[in-house]
Amino acid sequence: MGVEFPDPGRTPPAPRPSRVRAAWIPLSFLGPAFALLTVWMIYPAIRTILRSLWSNQGNKFVWFQNYSTMFGDSVIHTAIKNNIIWIAVGPLSVTLFGLVLAVLTERIAWASFFKIVLFMPLAVSLFAVGVIWRIMYQQNPDQGAVNAGLNSIHNVFNTPGVLPRAAPSSPAVTDKFVFTKQLSAGGTATLGLTAISPQDVPAGATQAAQPKSKPGSITGVVWRDFKPGGGKPGVVEQGELGIPGVTVALLQNGKSTNTAKTDNHGAFTFDGVSGSGYQVKIAPATFAQPWQGVQWLGPSLITPAMIIAFLWTAVGFAMVVIGAGLSAIPRDVLEAARTDGASEFQVFKRVTVPLLMPVLTVVFVTQMIGVLKIFDIIYATAPGSVINNATTLTFEMWRRSFLGENAFGIGAAIASFLMLLFVPFLIYQVRSQRKNL
Amino acid sequence: MAVAEVRQPALRDEAHETLAVRIAKLPVHLFLLLIGIMWLIPAAGLFVTSLLPAATANARGWWHVFSKPSEVTFANYRMIFHNSAITHALVVTAEVTIGATILPILIASLAAYALAWIEFPGRDWAFVTVVGLMVVPIQMALIPIFSLYNTLNLYDTVLGLILFHTAFALPFAIFLLRNFFAGIPRDLMEAARIDGASEWRLFFKVVLPLGLPAIAALAIFQVLFVWNDFLVGFTLSQDNQPIAAALAGQLRQFGSNLDVIAPASFFSAVIPLTVFALFQRYFVQGLLAGSVK
Repeated sequence: MGVEFPDPGRTPPAPRPSRVRAAWIPLSFLGPAFALLTVWMIYPAIRTILRSLWSNQGNKFVWFQNYSTMFGDSVIHTAIKNNIIWIAVGPLSVTLFGLVLAVLTERIAWASFFKIVLFMPLAVSLFAVGVIWRIMYQQNPDQGAVNAGLNSIHNVFNTPGVLPRAAPSSPAVTDKFVFTKQLSAGGTATLGLTAISPQDVPAGATQAAQPKSKPGSITGVVWRDFKPGGGKPGVVEQGELGIPGVTVALLQNGKSTNTAKTDNHGAFTFDGVSGSGYQVKIAPATFAQPWQGVQWLGPSLITPAMIIAFLWTAVGFAMVVIGAGLSAIPRDVLEAARTDGASEFQVFKRVTVPLLMPVLTVVFVTQMIGVLKIFDIIYATAPGSVINNATTLTFEMWRRSFLGENAFGIGAAIASFLMLLFVPFLIYQVRSQRKNL
Repeated sequence: MAVAEVRQPALRDEAHETLAVRIAKLPVHLFLLLIGIMWLIPAAGLFVTSLLPAATANARGWWHVFSKPSEVTFANYRMIFHNSAITHALVVTAEVTIGATILPILIASLAAYALAWIEFPGRDWAFVTVVGLMVVPIQMALIPIFSLYNTLNLYDTVLGLILFHTAFALPFAIFLLRNFFAGIPRDLMEAARIDGASEWRLFFKVVLPLGLPAIAALAIFQVLFVWNDFLVGFTLSQDNQPIAAALAGQLRQFGSNLDVIAPASFFSAVIPLTVFALFQRYFVQGLLAGSVK
């Protein structure tokens, strides 16, 4: 074919034909585009700025009152704060992550497969992305995959206790779960517990037994001191289950000297005990609460959570664009640096990154614009209860204008302010193209 | 597949790597494998959820199905295809996507041709204006267009959505096509002109056929963009909303209605994913030609 796509970010100069044509010819080519752009973009943009000077109903000219209302609104403060977080974190993470992956994929044979996988979310609507991550972010580690993953790591370091809650069954055990009687070698302890609901009894629990004295040891039992119809508190009876897996601590002068775990009958033994003055206590680890999960969709983490969802969609784009830039770097430049004795990291820092700067800038700016326009992810990911914590200017503009109150005055003011934020990008864009005209 | 087009030659020939080099690369392989899995899990989660009964999906995470595969059912999909609200939304989405892909490409290639090959006063300024308009956010137009559509009876119509998407697609489309058309060899154009071809003939017989790769890239962009639109459809229509907007109401009971929202979301992603998988070569090329959208 012979016609190639131009380099990213560069505009080839327009060829100058020799003849100047009659005016109606360019007009007939440009007319439809001109009409659409005027009616759907230029007119509305001007109209929005003018509208922002009128009251919400549009019947009163209020000068800049909408702007002062807007900047005095605490939800809009949150929106601006969130916009700053998005801008500060999003584009930089996408670009850096994309750069690292682009460099690493250069070294593997299955790069094209990897790229398809990372690129794929770009084809999915941001609305569906929001739904996808809302499913991922459910708080209960049994429902949300993110917390399920974190939970499995968490459990390596903190095993949840065998019982969520319990209470001593008789005054023989204090409310700190210490057996009140002082014990010496050969002594026995009966630690009765109540207020354990049937579904909380650990699996494998079997009939408890009165502990038998054993010389040189302290023995005991931890059991569910309850049976239908009552029973005697503090006494092990038929139909009462031992509680397995309970951590029991042996205390001497108030200090823990040894621990043991109960078996399926709830029995435990401390061997090699001599002398007296011992106490037995159920360790707090027994009642350690299972991990509740990170509240991703709660008020404080909702914005970081949505930024992660955004990374999922955007990193593939950055990686592919940067990867193409990387492949355009002449191999001999890199080889020359290597023969001069530069380490791989030095080559990366001193040669690759500077040569990639134009591409990195394009990716970064594209992501800045994308992040400022973010809307669908917020709508689909943030539950109604945290919308005021998740909102951004684009979202707030839409919400004030079209959700219930139809406050077009404030909406137009937010839109105009938003446009002001886009002006630097507009200038950047125009300048980067005009120098090539 | 086709991303291979932009894939670069491996740093060193894989076949001649020493064992030491391969071992040194092992952490890279493992890291990328981990990232790849992390990227697949969210999408897999949506797919598996879409195959579960609502009660199951709501009670426990989708991965529990791997220990109880008998719960998988296609009933959800049967249900959404018999749900007239959803099928209607899919039809609207298809209509808007087709219209808002063909129309902007047609209008933009005309304008791009004029900007690239016809000399007229103010041409550079016209192009610079187009480049500037690429940055204008949709929010800037919503309020006036909403009022305008109510006056013109375009609110809640497929035509209204097509026109809105067409206008907002034009700046990027003109920009991309103009730069592509400008790369057509000058000799070719001059030769055709000396043969007496009119501008229209040049446009249809020379520029459009040569511009096909760029037009294809643009078409894919536009299909993905319009099909995936939420904001425009949600704001400018009510009973004729495209799929994402039609699903928005479902979010209020998120959880209990996963049997609707998960399959519908997944199905709505199947079309753009297919387009993307089939034509990603063009997609990536277009992307690399300088996309700021």
